[in-house]
Amino acid sequence: MTSSTAAGITVSNTRSKSERREKIEEALFPPLVAILVAFVCGDILILSFGQSPLTVWRLMLEGAWGNAYGIGQVLYKATTLSFTGLAVAIGYRAGLFNIGAEGQLAAGGFLAAVVGLAMPAATPAVIAILVCCAAAAAGGGVVGAVPGWLRTRFGAHEVITTIMINFIVLALLNWVIATHLHVPETLHTPEIRAGALARLDSFIGAMHGSAANLTIVIAVLVAAASWWYLFRTRGGYDLRAVGLQPDAAEYGGVNVGGVFFKALTIGGAIAGLGGVNFVLGYKHYYEDGFAGGTGFLGIAVALVGRNNPFGVILAALFFATLSQGGLAVNAFVPKQIVDVLQGVVIIAIAASVPEVRRILLGARRRISEPPTRTTPDVPTANEHAATPPAAAV
Amino acid sequence: MTYPRNTLQSTALAVRMHGISKSFGPVRANRDASLDVVRGEIHALVGENGAGKSTLMKILGGLITPDAGTVEVEGRDVTGWSTADAIAAGVGVVHQHFMLVPTLTVAENLVLGKEPTTGGRIDMQRAIADVQKLGEETGLVIDGTRLVSDLSVGEAQRVEILKTLYRGARILVLDEPTAVLSPPEVKELVQVLKRVRESGGTVIIITHRLEEVMALSDNITVMRAGATVANLHTADTNPAEIAQAMVGRHVRLSTRESLGAAAARTDVSGPGLTVSNLVVGGVRRTREVDDVSFEIRPGEILGIAGVEGNGQSELIEALAGLRPVVSGSIRLGSRHITDASVRDRHDAGLSHIPEDRQRRGLVMEYTVADNLVLGQQHHFSHNGTLDRAAIADYARRQIAEFDIRPADPLLPARALSGGNQQKIVVAREMGRDFHVLLASQPTRGVDVGAIEFIHAQILAARAAGRAILLVSAELNEVLSLSDRIAVMYRGRFVTVMPAAEASEDVLGPLMIGGQVAAA
Repeated sequence: MTSSTAAGITVSNTRSKSERREKIEEALFPPLVAILVAFVCGDILILSFGQSPLTVWRLMLEGAWGNAYGIGQVLYKATTLSFTGLAVAIGYRAGLFNIGAEGQLAAGGFLAAVVGLAMPAATPAVIAILVCCAAAAAGGGVVGAVPGWLRTRFGAHEVITTIMINFIVLALLNWVIATHLHVPETLHTPEIRAGALARLDSFIGAMHGSAANLTIVIAVLVAAASWWYLFRTRGGYDLRAVGLQPDAAEYGGVNVGGVFFKALTIGGAIAGLGGVNFVLGYKHYYEDGFAGGTGFLGIAVALVGRNNPFGVILAALFFATLSQGGLAVNAFVPKQIVDVLQGVVIIAIAASVPEVRRILLGARRRISEPPTRTTPDVPTANEHAATPPAAAV
Repeated sequence: MTYPRNTLQSTALAVRMHGISKSFGPVRANRDASLDVVRGEIHALVGENGAGKSTLMKILGGLITPDAGTVEVEGRDVTGWSTADAIAAGVGVVHQHFMLVPTLTVAENLVLGKEPTTGGRIDMQRAIADVQKLGEETGLVIDGTRLVSDLSVGEAQRVEILKTLYRGARILVLDEPTAVLSPPEVKELVQVLKRVRESGGTVIIITHRLEEVMALSDNITVMRAGATVANLHTADTNPAEIAQAMVGRHVRLSTRESLGAAAARTDVSGPGLTVSNLVVGGVRRTREVDDVSFEIRPGEILGIAGVEGNGQSELIEALAGLRPVVSGSIRLGSRHITDASVRDRHDAGLSHIPEDRQRRGLVMEYTVADNLVLGQQHHFSHNGTLDRAAIADYARRQIAEFDIRPADPLLPARALSGGNQQKIVVAREMGRDFHVLLASQPTRGVDVGAIEFIHAQILAARAAGRAILLVSAELNEVLSLSDRIAVMYRGRFVTVMPAAEASEDVLGPLMIGGQVAAA
């Protein structure tokens, strides 16, 4: 009953515009509501530590965005999160839940370091960087391709396989580093000979000491390319069709299994490329455990960014701000408060998507027809009339 | 809660709904609709899809509260009541989709939520006896000890009706009850409803099959665009008048003569469809399609009649490349396509209107334009990049040619009515150069106007020399469009006969497993 012929015809002129507005509202409101809920929870937590929420929030904001160093750190953290967020978002667009960004990120960083170590120091920078980036993408891509193949070939659920492959990859890398490639007394490789990316502080002196580097440019390019791929290419058309309605995609001649494989492989490659940020841009070596949960946080980034590549960048900046700001308020409240806030945001967004939609619909209904309401508030025969009609949603 | 039977003039009316309005967001499902149902009558509520019939019945059943208007049941104002109140007052809704637990027996399903107990334990003997007694009273005889999963669709529906009566319903509301039934089962349902009427019950039936309206009802309420547009006495009207009221203009009802279907053409050439010894597996049976062979010549329509679930869906899916073939072969012209991909079949000239447009035929969140190129997206891209300008251009032309409304290529498909959604599918599959069309339930759930349009398209394609396979649960549709008719039962073609020899009386028994009379 939701799509009546008559209504469709009579309001056709305004319908398209309001549909688009509705779409934007539905994309934007849930994350904003979720963030609001998180801040209310944060207020309560901060108060429970006997601190003023306003002071703590201000300190967080200043620590993150108040000076060039802080900004540099936020940008650095947001860069890796963009890659892992995009990895999850592309999977999600194909109807897949990629939990494997953590392992893909680590594998990408590792391969970039190995290739950087193997190349002679005299290799021209551009070539060295390109080769290292290709290696990172290949590393993550292979780790993503395995669950993709398992899904396509055997129907093994990607949530299970990507989680398990995280364990395998991280354990393997840990073993290789600990036994073969480490600098004594550490858990990291020697510094790469070629392929290092310039830090931002070599262009902006005030950022001195921050880890931000040129990988951020790659992140923006990859996000733009992802958007182009999803919304402007045939591959993206097929991929999104599979994610929305696999039966209709199959009917439309799309190889559904092929799309599953492609989405997880591309996602893996993007997550792997994220390893460049740490290895080529920051430390210039691979260190065991450098991913440190960034891959998992990518799930939250994709969720808050509503699986839109540009939304993912905004969400990455938000989570990076929380993380960097958390360090600044460590003296007042435990920095774990940031982890709690992250958790609240994720739960709130998971819960708010349908809820916000309902509220939006309700508000629109109230606005659209105030004069015609005559009787419904005065139920005559009984007292249960206020029960919300399920069919109205 | 009891409602006193009072006042003289309202005792005659079982239901009186007046000035009902209801909106969902921008969609006005009901606008000043009314319905008067006399006690002890069978009342037909008819209208196109989206006319607001179901909304009106949901308001009566207490599922929805109206924005404006009054609802009276047996003389008592009950506007805005709850489902529990409606049930208590004797209003019972039989849903289109059965709400039965398949692993329980008929008796267990019947008493569910209202079990007779002895000392805290369910008294099954009494439940079975209750079923027996109710069955004898209403003529709805069914063995209470059978499992629901063993019942046929018609029997399951009988249990649904019994369940509603068991709960004390005096006003029975049925939403499209005949859509899932074979002709003999429809006849039985008609008898059952007449018996309910004889025992003093009131029946409101939503249907879009005008011949049933004529055969069954005492009075008719016609709705259009959310409003009540006509109240008719069945005895004083005819199907053409009802259809005109539904659509708001004159319509040709699809009869063989009115559609101007000539004899099968033999002068056209082109590739046809040849299927040999096809066997297709499935979930319920290993041989959902069991050794089926047929040929469709260019310019010919082969119709498949049959109760749903006898292999028609599997046959179509196998032909379309969506379901693997166990054995046998499929040829399009001289080309073997048995193992070809969906895309290769499409490019070879095979078009397919799938039975479920909302699941298969359309990506509901995609725009009308994007849906119009589904399946041929590879013809609208260069080096992997979609040619947005070409898609928009193509979409505008198809929207105009096939009269898709609203004429906005950027609306998501879900925002369109069922009839217009189906027009997208028809435009895409028939608005191109093709040789063979698989049309599965091409007019399911679409309004009368769209049915007329789609039938005309199919006949035009036939005249242009296309080979067409038509599967429909609407026997009338198969009878009026086809050149030859096959009856499918348990995966096999029971018979293939010229349409001229076929009729409802001939096909009906075959559809439920009867033998072909020796000729």
